[in-house]
Amino acid sequence: MKLEIIVAVIVLVFTAQFLYISSTTDAEFGGADGQAEGVIEELTDGTYEPIAKPFWEPPSGEIESLLFALQAALGALVIGYFFGYYRGKNQSTKSTESSQSNQSTESSQST
Amino acid sequence: MHIMEGFLPGPWWQLWFAISIPVILYGIHKLNRMMEEKRDLLPLLAVAGAYIFVLSSLKLPSVTGSCSHPTGTGMAAILFGPAISAILSMIVLLYQALFLAHGGLTTLGANVFSMGIAGPVIAYLIYKIGMKAGLNFYFTVFLATAMADIATYLVTSLELALAFPAQSGGVIASFEAFAAIFALTQLPLAIMEGAITALIFKYVIKVKGDVLVKLDVIGEAGLRKIQELTT
Repeated sequence: MKLEIIVAVIVLVFTAQFLYISSTTDAEFGGADGQAEGVIEELTDGTYEPIAKPFWEPPSGEIESLLFALQAALGALVIGYFFGYYRGKNQSTKSTESSQSNQSTESSQST
Repeated sequence: MHIMEGFLPGPWWQLWFAISIPVILYGIHKLNRMMEEKRDLLPLLAVAGAYIFVLSSLKLPSVTGSCSHPTGTGMAAILFGPAISAILSMIVLLYQALFLAHGGLTTLGANVFSMGIAGPVIAYLIYKIGMKAGLNFYFTVFLATAMADIATYLVTSLELALAFPAQSGGVIASFEAFAAIFALTQLPLAIMEGAITALIFKYVIKVKGDVLVKLDVIGEAGLRKIQELTT
């Protein structure tokens, strides 16, 4: 349990940090990638032309969120599935082991 | 952390491809061998890949007033080593480049290098050194994955700085400018990533600790010690 508490505290501090920054400054919380683009523009005096463009861009912020959410959902699904699979497997091997040992000692107690 | 499509001029984007491709090929070789010899490890590989998927989709707000996302590669690096982590990262980077216009195909080599190779190598080394030094297992996992996250963004800054040296101060000055954006934003996210990965490891040990012994991540005795501590 100790580790869970430490992690929970870190997550809480992180949330508090966000609430503090967002209420005391007018930060936009844009992407750091976009800021890097700004630095490139400064360094090259705005002369840099990207050598390629994305084939396809999400037509709106909503579609972009959709695809990001899809990415997270797929990942979470796989993680949850296999953790559940391992857990169930452990429990079933444990219960067969204990029922076998019960039979061998002819104890009437069931688990 | 991704360098956006078109934002690395030649010869830099070709160079990063040239460095990343051999690692990917070695990773495919390692993966093939693992699939033949240790098929029972595949679920854990899927979990490690899925973990990168989840974490790199979460754009989190940071102290700098901008958003960035963790990488999630440290877990794969500790379990399967850097080469296989490079493949898992490449899958995520391709998804984001093709469907989200996040990162890009010309910058894929550079992004695979920073996220899939540099970060995981750091995680792997810190983990091995930490365990040799007898540090607490979960603290070592925390340190390794948090530093992998930071390292990824420092390398991204370096990749950009090499391609765009400042007129005064050169590569070092522009590295400072890029690192000021990326590394500072990343610091709180890296701490979170490290903490959550340590927690995930706790659950992996709980449900399937023997896999870690099979992967040579921890020894039999080490596993028993950790299990005694946590139960």
